[in-house]
Amino acid sequence: MKRTATLTVMATLLASTAMAEGEVTVASWGGSYQDAQSKALFEPAAENTGIAVKQETYGGMSDVRLQVSTGQVTLDIVASGSGSAARAGAEGLLEPLDYDVIDVSDFYPTLKSTYCVGGDVFSTVYAWNTDTYGEDGPQSWADFWDVEKFPGSRAYRGSVAGALEPALMADGVPPEDVYEVLSSEEGIERALDKIRELRPNIDVFWSSGAQHAQLMKDGEVDMTTGWNGRFDNAAKDGAKVTYSYNQALLDYDCFAIPKGAPNKDTAMAFLAEISKAEYQDDLPKYITYGPTNKAAYDTGVITAEVAATLPSSPENAALQLPISLEWYAEWETVAAEMYQEMLTE
Amino acid sequence: MQAQSEPLNAAGLRRDGLIERLSLFGLASPAMLLILVILVVPVGWLFYVSFMGADGSFSLENYERMIDRKSYRRIFGTTFQVSFLTTGLCIMIGYPLAYFMSQLPDRLANIALITVLLPFWTSLLVRTYAWLVLLQKQGLVNNWAISLGLWEEPIKMVHNMTGTLIGMVHIMLPFLILPVYGSMRAINRDLMKAASNLGAHPRRAFWDVFFPLTMPGLSAGALMVFILCLGFFVTPAVLGGGKVIMVSMKIVSNIELFVNWGAASALGVVLLVMTMIILWIASRFLKLENIAGGGH
Repeated sequence: MKRTATLTVMATLLASTAMAEGEVTVASWGGSYQDAQSKALFEPAAENTGIAVKQETYGGMSDVRLQVSTGQVTLDIVASGSGSAARAGAEGLLEPLDYDVIDVSDFYPTLKSTYCVGGDVFSTVYAWNTDTYGEDGPQSWADFWDVEKFPGSRAYRGSVAGALEPALMADGVPPEDVYEVLSSEEGIERALDKIRELRPNIDVFWSSGAQHAQLMKDGEVDMTTGWNGRFDNAAKDGAKVTYSYNQALLDYDCFAIPKGAPNKDTAMAFLAEISKAEYQDDLPKYITYGPTNKAAYDTGVITAEVAATLPSSPENAALQLPISLEWYAEWETVAAEMYQEMLTE
Repeated sequence: MQAQSEPLNAAGLRRDGLIERLSLFGLASPAMLLILVILVVPVGWLFYVSFMGADGSFSLENYERMIDRKSYRRIFGTTFQVSFLTTGLCIMIGYPLAYFMSQLPDRLANIALITVLLPFWTSLLVRTYAWLVLLQKQGLVNNWAISLGLWEEPIKMVHNMTGTLIGMVHIMLPFLILPVYGSMRAINRDLMKAASNLGAHPRRAFWDVFFPLTMPGLSAGALMVFILCLGFFVTPAVLGGGKVIMVSMKIVSNIELFVNWGAASALGVVLLVMTMIILWIASRFLKLENIAGGGH
């Protein structure tokens, strides 16, 4: 709060002295993630453009839905997962983005959509306890499923997002065919059957990034799925955990503008600013999530050493399966109900 | 004389009675208005929204989904199972504890009461996570037990039904102990002496005299625990390891998943109706007016 206030005052002063006018309210998920965004993107961009930035935390697209449906929109920019932004866009809750204003010519083409422009790239990986398996842990989803080669307890995601693709790959489906197989109830059932097979060894179905990081840190499970940045942070705190990018799911977080945002035009200008390479190249300093703007690798800020650890580095990206937003838009509700059925059996 | 004056008097009484009833109604109206605004209107709104489909028109799809998908039945089953078990365990632990407290001298009883209330005033979230720290594989309980040689391998006490029940019983216990303790303190001790004076074995005196007198407090406490359990969210979410899924958790995921509030509202409506049915059945066996602490 205090920081927000000072930032607002500072930015307002700057604005009144020279540069562009206006203000935007940005909502993200708080914690170390928003801290990283704030230091790398929001604060420097506010300083350079003179746009006053007010930061808030929010509970995801359900908040946007409530604001839009009641006509009381207070947020100008929201950080979101790519899948929920795609669904919110399809529901008419978001403004289409103006890519004449936001320059995405250096973006990975898959890391933006009509309603949401990519902010960072992360991976859903399998992570393992290095005390249990050493550095050479599982190297594929088939290994994750192999309880004879890698005996020990597992944790797995408690909701459907990012949970079916690994199961199919473990069942022998090549990564490029995964979404094709998943595009029918039989295909989803096939993935669920594979999870049923592993279920006796799944101790916990996790529901948040903080939870899967804690499970590994406390040694509660020997292996889990989860988001790579969380494991790096846990390892920094002394957790015995590492992960692999092989067959991981490449996904991204993005920024969207709620329909009827009070400062829509300023928000568009602000998004254009924070999408530039000069801001994105600072993000990996604070969290191991990669830039969505390819040019951010060329500014010299991201060293080759750091780049090699990021989900979006060309070598790592080549190992992974990019999440299909089209599949989630079409199948997520059906798949989620079927997943719940599997969980409650 | 008397026979004639009675009808005259009765008419006056009737009028007075009517005025009294009207004025009582008038006095009660602010409270009734409050109930209307904070209870009847929102619940009515919930019913209304639950019949709204994805496109905003009238639809039964939210209820049909609950019939078509087996997971909903299982989630309601889990919810009632957890609530019944928690209530049962609370009675088994809470009743003897309340009895013990009621036998203590006043000063010690007050200290015991404070120890019961103390966790009651601590945040539910903090207590839930505290159980996680205690019960997990590398947690305090397992580490101590293994170093003391009580068992060899860590026992799974959390991320399952066991952990959920431990957490919920701990949180719910004061809700049972307080009314039971209250009704035990209100029992005249001479009744037990009279029973043994008449030759009753202590066990018979307890079951025939003492226990029936504690029934109002026990039924009030047990129903309160049961109904509060039905809406639990945090404790099963944290201690159940994603395997104990209760209705409140499904309500949250439906708000995230479906494009309308109706899918979540319908779950709320079904839970409300089922709770009312249980209350109605309970009211046939128990004196429900005692729940509010009335009657004494």
